[in-house]
Amino acid sequence: MASAEPWNATRAAGIVAELQSLEGATLPILHALQETFGYVDAEAVPMIAEALNLSRAEVHGCLTFYHDFRREPPAGRHHVKLCRAEACQAMGSDRLHGEILSRMGCDWHGTSADGVTVEPVYCLGLCANAPAALVDDEPLARLSAESLDAALKEARA
Amino acid sequence: MSITVYVPQDAVALGLGANRVARAIFAGAERRGLDVRIVRTGTRGLLWLEPMVEVATSEGRIAYGPVTPGDVEGLLDAGFVEGGAHALRLGKPEEIPFLAKQHRLTFHRCGVVDPVSVEDYRAHGGYRGLEAALTCEAEGIVAQVRDSGLRGRGGAGFPAGIKWNTVMLAKSDQKYVVCNADEGDSGTFADRIMMEGDPFNLIEGMTIAAVATGATRGYIYCRSEYPQSFKTLRDAIANGVKAGVLGDNILGSGKNFHLEVRLGAGAYICGEETSLLESLEGKRGIVRAKPPIPALKGFLGKPTLVNNVMTFTAVPYIMEHGAKAYAEYGMGRSLGTLPIQLAGNIKHGGLIEYAFGITIRQVIDEFGGGTASGRPVRAVQVGGPLGAYFPDELLDTPLDYEAMAANKGLVGHGGIVVFDDTVDMARQARFAFEFCATESCGKCTPCRIGATRGVETMDKVISGIRPEANLKLVEDLCEIMTDGSLCAMGGLTPMPVMSAITNFPEDFRRAGDLPVAAE
Repeated sequence: MASAEPWNATRAAGIVAELQSLEGATLPILHALQETFGYVDAEAVPMIAEALNLSRAEVHGCLTFYHDFRREPPAGRHHVKLCRAEACQAMGSDRLHGEILSRMGCDWHGTSADGVTVEPVYCLGLCANAPAALVDDEPLARLSAESLDAALKEARA
Repeated sequence: MSITVYVPQDAVALGLGANRVARAIFAGAERRGLDVRIVRTGTRGLLWLEPMVEVATSEGRIAYGPVTPGDVEGLLDAGFVEGGAHALRLGKPEEIPFLAKQHRLTFHRCGVVDPVSVEDYRAHGGYRGLEAALTCEAEGIVAQVRDSGLRGRGGAGFPAGIKWNTVMLAKSDQKYVVCNADEGDSGTFADRIMMEGDPFNLIEGMTIAAVATGATRGYIYCRSEYPQSFKTLRDAIANGVKAGVLGDNILGSGKNFHLEVRLGAGAYICGEETSLLESLEGKRGIVRAKPPIPALKGFLGKPTLVNNVMTFTAVPYIMEHGAKAYAEYGMGRSLGTLPIQLAGNIKHGGLIEYAFGITIRQVIDEFGGGTASGRPVRAVQVGGPLGAYFPDELLDTPLDYEAMAANKGLVGHGGIVVFDDTVDMARQARFAFEFCATESCGKCTPCRIGATRGVETMDKVISGIRPEANLKLVEDLCEIMTDGSLCAMGGLTPMPVMSAITNFPEDFRRAGDLPVAAE
């Protein structure tokens, strides 16, 4: 996350060229761009459309349909995804999320003053060890406000 | 001689500090001059004991757990590398009752082998199913799958043999095998455990399917919420190509199968097979109308076999041991084993592979050991976010497709989420609508608009505004969603809602506070 490069059209064109021959290349390209730049810049849309012989509307539609893709540079340096699904609810996730959000001083999809963006997610497959979260891409089971703080401290180090 | 220590790197174990445990073992062993080799495995599925560390001894493997990094020095001092006594010593893992009582036909290698090693997979019986398949005609393989009684494990329960037969008979220059690994249902993690613990079982199952149907290309569509599964699959596939079990001329048979893993992008709806195919083609994950069925016109318009991870992974056993051996498990028209995932407010949660027919109560009492909070069980949701909420009176229902349907529930992907008596079922019903509103693909109006109207109407019920009239409205809405939606998202959202209203009426008739986080 912290290693995202600034947007660079030439570099992006190279990524598109590398992946465009895959069957159904749109998602792999969008993932690769976001992995590199931290988001998918608006300039990438015509670039992908051209390479894959699609309309811009089709690429835009795809980019905006999926929860994962960002169209703006990430506001935070770190990303926390908190699971809001039923198994976590059964272990008191609603109350825990309230506590976490108030500690961070932001709401869902918001970013704390120290650069942590919080997103809701529906199931991480850690349902027997709920509540669960992902910090950047690292899983956290039996989550508490304290264990989240510790994980964020580690992520920053 | 070096000592082998097994530390899982399943997402649950990682989420509980398994990497730090592995590092501590390595460092502590080095300080003591012990020659320790650490093998990273998947999980055996005894998830309350994770991270569960095992050591190879002359009497077999000995398990310790749950191990925190802080326990490691004490374990080393107690001589755990020779199986020494310690408070965390669990004995032989396969003798732990939770595991010993199960019917592990599909999951027997999980937590045992190095997931990305072809050699280890073969040393534990892997690829015998494919070898058997390669000696049969395509019709013979499909007949085995049909006779085993295997039904689609993703939730719909469609007979796998019929699907396989349709794709086999379809004429085309190119066919595909696609694995639905978009395991988005809350309370389910069997696919994840398999992909992280024994991915070659899935790869072998898909390869057998390719041989049977004449497909030469395959895709695994893995959800992005499972980064560990994606990494493991990618590494396993690369190793498989190197070892000659994937790619051109698999096992010297002259047959080709090229497999790739693709990452989803956080859309629950892509677990529906037609919307998964759209997504795989690079489009928005919008549900397609059927017919044409994917078996005839699937990925890029070509005949495509789409099955769930659990369906494919049942196949190597069936091919190795025969359809009859598999069909001896189960009841009625639900044959074989079901990977049950026990989760939520439960003391001993985890993966339970068991013959169809075990009751929900048996799973909770005999395996789960009661709630984690120690409070009584009040509601149990079976089959994911589109499954019914059952009260105590229905817990003697056997896990069987027909028996669950008869009680207005579903087996789904085999997830069981337990709630204690602090649960507010009106909130759960509201959540079912909210989830549908967030995840609906938008194609069908009853699902797209109905879910939002459902949230609003439930809010009125919760705050005591004409509850009887509004509940009637919810009921009408549910009927329209069921009848007017193409897929299970809109079609089954009414199931958790109506089951909550029917089975827990008292929760819908007391005015409470307005919901706090209305998204």
